[in-house]
Amino acid sequence: MSNDPHNSHRLNFWQKYIFSTDHKVIGIQYGITALCFLFFGFCLMMLMRWQLAYPGEPIPFIGKFLGENRAPGGIMLPEFYNELGAMHGTIMVFLGVVPLLVGAFGNYIVPLQIGAPDMTFPRLNMASYWAFLAGGITMLVSFFVPGGAANSGWTSYPPLADIATTGQTLWILGMVFLITSSLLGAVNFITTIFQLRAPGLTFMRLPVFVWAQLVTAFLLLLAFPPLEAAGILQLLDRVAGTSFFLPSGLMVSGEPLEVSGGGSVLLWQHLFWFLAHPEVYVLILPAMGIVSEILANNIRKPLWGYKSMVYSVIFLGFMSFIVWAHHMYLTGMGTAINAFFQATTMIISIPSVVILTCLFISLWGGSIRFNTPMLFAVAFLPMFGIGGLTGLPLGLSAPDIHLHDTYYVIGHFHYVVAPGTIFGIFAGIYFWFPKITGRKMNEFLGHLHFWPSLLFMNCIFMPMFVQGLAGMSRRLYDGGAQYAHLQGTLNLHKMISMSAWGLALFQLPFIINLIWSMCKRNIVTSDNPWKSTTLEWQTPTPPGHGNFPVEPVVYRGPYEYSVPGAAEDFTPQNKPGG
Amino acid sequence: MDFVKLFNLPINASSHGHEVDMIIYLVHVLMLVLFVGWAVYFIVVLVKFRKGKNPAANYRGVQSHITSWIEIGVVIVEAVLLIGFSIPFWAKQVNAFPKRTDTVEIRVIAEQFAWNVHYSGADGIFGKTDIQHVDKQSNPVGLDPSDANGKDDVTTINQLHLPVGKPAIIHLTSKDVIHSFSLPVMRVKQDVIPGISIPTWFTPTKTGQFEIACAQLCGLGHYRMKGFLTIHSQEEFDRWLSEQSTAGKGGEEGYDDFWN
Repeated sequence: MSNDPHNSHRLNFWQKYIFSTDHKVIGIQYGITALCFLFFGFCLMMLMRWQLAYPGEPIPFIGKFLGENRAPGGIMLPEFYNELGAMHGTIMVFLGVVPLLVGAFGNYIVPLQIGAPDMTFPRLNMASYWAFLAGGITMLVSFFVPGGAANSGWTSYPPLADIATTGQTLWILGMVFLITSSLLGAVNFITTIFQLRAPGLTFMRLPVFVWAQLVTAFLLLLAFPPLEAAGILQLLDRVAGTSFFLPSGLMVSGEPLEVSGGGSVLLWQHLFWFLAHPEVYVLILPAMGIVSEILANNIRKPLWGYKSMVYSVIFLGFMSFIVWAHHMYLTGMGTAINAFFQATTMIISIPSVVILTCLFISLWGGSIRFNTPMLFAVAFLPMFGIGGLTGLPLGLSAPDIHLHDTYYVIGHFHYVVAPGTIFGIFAGIYFWFPKITGRKMNEFLGHLHFWPSLLFMNCIFMPMFVQGLAGMSRRLYDGGAQYAHLQGTLNLHKMISMSAWGLALFQLPFIINLIWSMCKRNIVTSDNPWKSTTLEWQTPTPPGHGNFPVEPVVYRGPYEYSVPGAAEDFTPQNKPGG
Repeated sequence: MDFVKLFNLPINASSHGHEVDMIIYLVHVLMLVLFVGWAVYFIVVLVKFRKGKNPAANYRGVQSHITSWIEIGVVIVEAVLLIGFSIPFWAKQVNAFPKRTDTVEIRVIAEQFAWNVHYSGADGIFGKTDIQHVDKQSNPVGLDPSDANGKDDVTTINQLHLPVGKPAIIHLTSKDVIHSFSLPVMRVKQDVIPGISIPTWFTPTKTGQFEIACAQLCGLGHYRMKGFLTIHSQEEFDRWLSEQSTAGKGGEEGYDDFWN
């Protein structure tokens, strides 16, 4: 058995670090790969931000390296701008954030938090990582085929995507790899959490992070297959001459399109958003889980309303399957369907409000420590709050008429995912780094990372609400310079772009911190440096193959901090007694 | 209240636009109340319960159930916005159409990257169209030359002219990919889906020159898929339309890059 702790010393380098079946190694592989993709996706956006701030001006320094078919004379072409837009979205969501939340944190932390020696299917776990890497490489390669990468938006709406250049075919193939990877992971998480919990670890004693991962795994398992099917249909439209998404009588560039026709354009949107709305919760739930863990640890008291949070997470999961068509209000919907999706959208805002309220109320009565992970976790709350609140006018179809597909939407979902989820990811990295490496990250560099990031994130996304209300459409190559009614808000593009580059600059302290802390000898003296209650801290540091020297037994809930009468201000889950 | 000024919205030039603006305003009031409430609480709690000030945490935390009342309040306000405003608005403005006797009814056919406008002319009947007759400049919508109903039809590229004060019903179709017909000053935005004809309507209340924007990524020229909307008085509109039908179909060079 590959996860037998007693034969781990017999593994050679390749077995131990590359083709490993150990959930911790796979988690680290996922983490490093996904951080690289996250940075790459961010770089694509920084190029776009140049074009938006200075439309038609040559990109300084790197413009001349982009090639004549992308940026002749350093000036970006609209085709290339559209490639950057589509690939920024795809890479950030499918290759950056989800692999970090699920592949990295989920893989590394979940088995430790439930007291398991590994995932139930270690080889499937390894396959999941390699499928992910194959998907990522396919996406990267697509930049170098004739016509460049996919350029029809991350949503790939046909007919545009059906008639797009070869990059779109590679996008679909890449997505098939990524979906396969997610499905293998999802099956693994569900079985692991159901089957491998330590004795005494009942469902209502699970850390919120594990609950979030469990619901996330169900979302991935149930929502991805429709997109995989849709992707195959689009692939057939592109390479086999079918017309699943092509109606009759199309005419492109003055020539009738040689297809049989009879297909439905809107079918794709339904299948796509049936995945992509649950995907939104895949992007946020694990981050909420991370933040809950770090918050509980640093307020030194139990989370307020643990049960409400758990039920809310489950309810969110269910509801996320019946809100998808709020992305499609303007496709010609009647009142009945429209009212249904507006109602479900308003209903789904309630559990989000409950979770956020529980986290806010938890702070009351705490003894709050402000270390770097806590700063990111605390900042998550108002940032996610803004992201959630600005979803309300978009979720109601009447205001959505004006705001649909404007910068308001970009501001809204980026508040959820960037200063929301990505702050959650940073919090998680600073928090679990000592467990993973046995070393603590530098606090000064952590602060130097946090404060400017918080400032710049807001300087980037807040002005987008102003632009959106002024009516500025998304995905415009010149940022709307053509339109008279947008002239008043065009200058905000410069401020946003400067802030984006500023944000990039202040990721350097993080990168330096990450590498420097790994090399430096600031070894933590305790297996539990944050004085935490959950099981991942009750192991050797870093945990060996098989995780726990002795199978832990759980006696209590996850956040027993400052228990009256206890000797210390934290009582680990596996500490025997009342 | 002047919502346009408050939110720096485009001016409002349609009869229903004010209602959209009002709902935008009401939702933002809810958002602001929740945000300010949370923010004040948040700052107080971070200062009051920092480790230096409060070295020992309270295991039990908040005992009251005030938060349940806040959540019930949020539910009620959302329900009012939904049932009282948003759903009725959709039912009467988007899903229902005005009586056909006093309206202007036209077709807009979108393509990469232009808006073709089709008026039925004096007889009020649209001529037959087919893609086999399409010529980019002289016959952009593909009018059938053998159909008598089409003889007096008027087509323009990127030029949409409408009379003020009359409901305008616009039937939207696309030749190629999905576009989105956006008239920011009219608070109108409607996806244009190939294979389906989707109607949208509004009543202009101001004369002037406004813009049509494409709001859905439709290819490399998406950013310059701009059209020109001119709202005339009824007399001016009639004069314009008759000039167009005598001037012949389609446009000439440079016809479509400004209000004409």
